[in-house]
Amino acid sequence: MLTSPEALLAILGMAIVSFAIKAGGLLLATRMPQHGFGAAWLRHIPSAVMASLVAPAVVGGSAAEVVAAIVTAVVFIGTKSLLAAMALGVGTVYLMRLWLGA
Amino acid sequence: MSSVTAPTYKFSDQFFAGARACIPVVISVAAYGVVWGVLARGAGLSILEVVLMSGLVFAGSAQFVALDLWTTVPASLPIGALIMAALIINLRYLLLTATLRPLFRRDQQLKGALLMGIVSDETWAMTVAEMARGRGTIAFLFGGAVLAYVCWMATTVVGHTLGSFIDDPRRYGLDFAFTATFLALLLGMWKGKFDLIPWLVAALAAIIAARLIPGSWYILIGGCVGSFAGAVADKVRHVD
Repeated sequence: MLTSPEALLAILGMAIVSFAIKAGGLLLATRMPQHGFGAAWLRHIPSAVMASLVAPAVVGGSAAEVVAAIVTAVVFIGTKSLLAAMALGVGTVYLMRLWLGA
Repeated sequence: MSSVTAPTYKFSDQFFAGARACIPVVISVAAYGVVWGVLARGAGLSILEVVLMSGLVFAGSAQFVALDLWTTVPASLPIGALIMAALIINLRYLLLTATLRPLFRRDQQLKGALLMGIVSDETWAMTVAEMARGRGTIAFLFGGAVLAYVCWMATTVVGHTLGSFIDDPRRYGLDFAFTATFLALLLGMWKGKFDLIPWLVAALAAIIAARLIPGSWYILIGGCVGSFAGAVADKVRHVD
């Protein structure tokens, strides 16, 4: 499988909206909300999206996911390394699932 | 140290200065790239799709989220949700690229708009830091952006190639790599305890939406509701 028309359409669509936003910010610089409610809303979007991705996966799983999420968080806060946090989180979920038989 | 506030500067000097300044952040771009490539392999993207997405979309967090929505069966690919997710996650760039406006003269807008296509959080951050010191040029931004772009392309392909040795990700707990990566990315965005309100509201909204609505819309619902709550909280605290 190289690709599909659906995948190409999705990637092209993603590329067009991403570019439009990046170029739009520069071109509309004088009209953007620099302060106030609109700016605050935009500023909070990336982290809110990340929280929405994490929460259901941790809460909806078994105890293995909850423990692994705690390990991931502790390692990241301690080392600031994305790779280390991910590797130890994955290792923990692997061992916990073996142990729980899940 | 060169004085770059002068109206003319040597393009290559500034280009390489920008690339050099971005080396520390590009190391993290490389780490993210390898992780994304491995996860992309697991999500069912082909090498061609990896090259196209990294090359054309070039937006780390939007690409991570896209993997969560991706399906191996083309007919069931949620094209609308993928495009909407890229749109919503990248909305922050409206604010980021707007701050780069002082680099460009009135007659350089088209050139500037094209250059924005390869701007990322990292190169934006280095360039505005340079601008804050009274320096910063288009060539500086371009140098950093080219280095980050090439590095992202190369490492996502490397990651995808490494990922081919892993047949069933769940067996090794690798399905959790998504969750762990997002959690680490989220913690990296922590600025203070006022982040708790938008994050908790987003998490709660996403958990409820995931139970009630089929598909992956919970990501966008949680993202919109949580960030709205953050803006309301900022307004109450009068920091906006």
